[in-house]
Amino acid sequence: MDMLAGKVKRTEATINTMATRPDAHTAPDRPIRINAEDVTVHYGAKQALFGISIEIPDRAVTSFIGPSGCGKSTFLRCINRMNDTIEGAKVGGTITLDGENIYDPSLDVVELRARIGMVFQKPNPFPKSIYENVAYGPKIHGLARNKADLDEIVISSLKKAGLFEEVKDRLNEPGTGLSGGQQQRLCIARAIAVGPEVILMDEPCSALDPIATAIIEELIDELRENYTIVIVTHSMQQAARVSQKTAFFHLGKLIEVGPTSDIFTNPVHKQTQDYIMGRIG
Amino acid sequence: MTDTPRVATLTSAERTRLIHSGLRRRHLSEQVFKGLGLAAIILALGFVALLFADVLRKGVPAFVQSNLHLAVTYDPAIIAVEPAPIREAGQSDADFRAVSLKWQRDVALLNWNKVVEASLRAAAPVGFEIDSKQILTTAETDARHRIRELFVADPTLLGKTVEVEVLASANAANWIKGNIDRSLPDTQQQLSAPARALIDQFTANGTISSGFAWSILGNVDSRAAPAAAGLAGAFVGSLFMMLIVVVLAVPIGVASAIYLEEFAPKSRLTDFIEVNINNLAAVPSIVFGLLGAAVFINYFHLPLSAPIVGGLVLTLMTLPTIIIATRGALLGVSPALRQAALGMGASKTQMVFHHVLPVTLPSILTATILGVAHALGETAPLLLIGMKAFVASVPATPFDQATALPVQIYLWQGNENRNFFEPRTAAAIMVLLALMITLNGFAIYLRSRLEKRA
Repeated sequence: MDMLAGKVKRTEATINTMATRPDAHTAPDRPIRINAEDVTVHYGAKQALFGISIEIPDRAVTSFIGPSGCGKSTFLRCINRMNDTIEGAKVGGTITLDGENIYDPSLDVVELRARIGMVFQKPNPFPKSIYENVAYGPKIHGLARNKADLDEIVISSLKKAGLFEEVKDRLNEPGTGLSGGQQQRLCIARAIAVGPEVILMDEPCSALDPIATAIIEELIDELRENYTIVIVTHSMQQAARVSQKTAFFHLGKLIEVGPTSDIFTNPVHKQTQDYIMGRIG
Repeated sequence: MTDTPRVATLTSAERTRLIHSGLRRRHLSEQVFKGLGLAAIILALGFVALLFADVLRKGVPAFVQSNLHLAVTYDPAIIAVEPAPIREAGQSDADFRAVSLKWQRDVALLNWNKVVEASLRAAAPVGFEIDSKQILTTAETDARHRIRELFVADPTLLGKTVEVEVLASANAANWIKGNIDRSLPDTQQQLSAPARALIDQFTANGTISSGFAWSILGNVDSRAAPAAAGLAGAFVGSLFMMLIVVVLAVPIGVASAIYLEEFAPKSRLTDFIEVNINNLAAVPSIVFGLLGAAVFINYFHLPLSAPIVGGLVLTLMTLPTIIIATRGALLGVSPALRQAALGMGASKTQMVFHHVLPVTLPSILTATILGVAHALGETAPLLLIGMKAFVASVPATPFDQATALPVQIYLWQGNENRNFFEPRTAAAIMVLLALMITLNGFAIYLRSRLEKRA
């Protein structure tokens, strides 16, 4: 109970700090990392996305909000080409990462996904040990020269994900035995271990309780120092808390995009306003 | 809709009454269904119990054999043969072998039945009246071979008397076990009156004793000496075939399933292949036997009656089972695991071999072992590739002639010496079932072990 109380306190404190950080809710003047132009997605005959164009700034949190089925997750999955794995999905338009078209046939999707990590809605650690979970990425990409190297990567990734203290004595136990929130942080550690430039998060807190959610949000806020983060979220409060830039999707279209503070306090479009006021969604 | 839905106009009491009136019927139908299910299970278990009880009742006595303890005298008067050749200085291997073989032929041509008869007479009470033919029916016909082989192995036995244990004849064993009606008149008895009396004497004075029937497990099939007929040849034949099935069907089946499920583009062709694999699983096994005879024997000229052909045919038969089971297991892997792997930048092959395959391994292994166990019990296709031939040797390689356990059961079941081979058949069924249960147990063990690890 004490531990829980401590976490809650810490979380409240964090939210307060987050709110007071000068750039917390405005898009700072960061260079553009990812540029999407006129992206469309078809699932078979059904069109899911209509001409999405958006710029995603470096080392900031960009959030995608919108009602269920609005296409925000679909667009997120375009950024690391996870839609390739879906039968019958067709992506049009261009998305560039540092000016390089990620849909260029000469680009290797394996390499792309090493540069753009992903955290999924439901925590999905591998049914292996905690250590193996984090070590997997560096292993397959050949990032560690030896065991000591790998140990270091695992420990530093777990530390960055704020999980190390909780699991340091049971690194060889299965990752699936952790609590939901810990599993999700393990998945974040796993993504970080490869040293990605961008981390995509697809509703990372939707399966978690409020305390675990607060811890993850705190973590996201820390991570934006070093990573470009794109987060899809169902919760407008979460978008408001963690992101600097917000994009509102509705029915497969990007309705409005801008600094988070503007979107939430002064939306231009009526649909955005309705959604934020809870009238649609 | 202009009508108000009926449910909205009901009062709370009316609604409760309506729900209540249907409740009894709903509960009743559940009770009926549960009862039917339970009855079905009891019926099925009852039949299984009946089968096992019947097999055990018939088979267990066959694991007891009657041994004759004889004092065999290698009488020089009967064994009139030159001394065994001794290797001379300067004699080549081939020459010595030729001389030795000639001597062994000479030994084989002697009338060893006389030695057997003399030994039996020595064991019989003094003055017991019985003729040569009758007295020999008490010992199994392979007794003379046993006694001769001892002599060939050690020619210095000439003139000596040694204790030898031979099998009592099948009829004698039946007489002792009470499988023959003692009240039948002489004309209907297979053993003559003096022979029957002598067997009783032997049993009384300990010349004949009962012991565990190692002959069933250790001997090869025999027609001339039914009491000595065993399963060794069939067992090794089955083992060879099982080995071939495991070595061929498992990798091919698992690899095809992985390719079809994970890599093959979904197209008309793969649909067609899938339908055909499912159909193949339903093809009667005897058709696979025909195919084996036509392709492996007639076209590739593989030997008849050989476990290699049997193994290949059973492999073809088991493949669809393994492919279907493996595909089912792969299909059951959660998409979250696949996405996790792909999201980490694993290639498709890495995703399959690092993540998907390990979690499906328990089900694949179980399905495989059950498929192999099924193949082990298959009889029909083996009949068509000549494996029902009478083979009285243990195959040394899969290319030698052999038979298989289920075929041996079929052959014994058809043996004309009914009251001896009926228990023998049940005993063979017990051995086959024991092998099956062992395999199934192994599958269960592997499954629980691997699942614990995952």
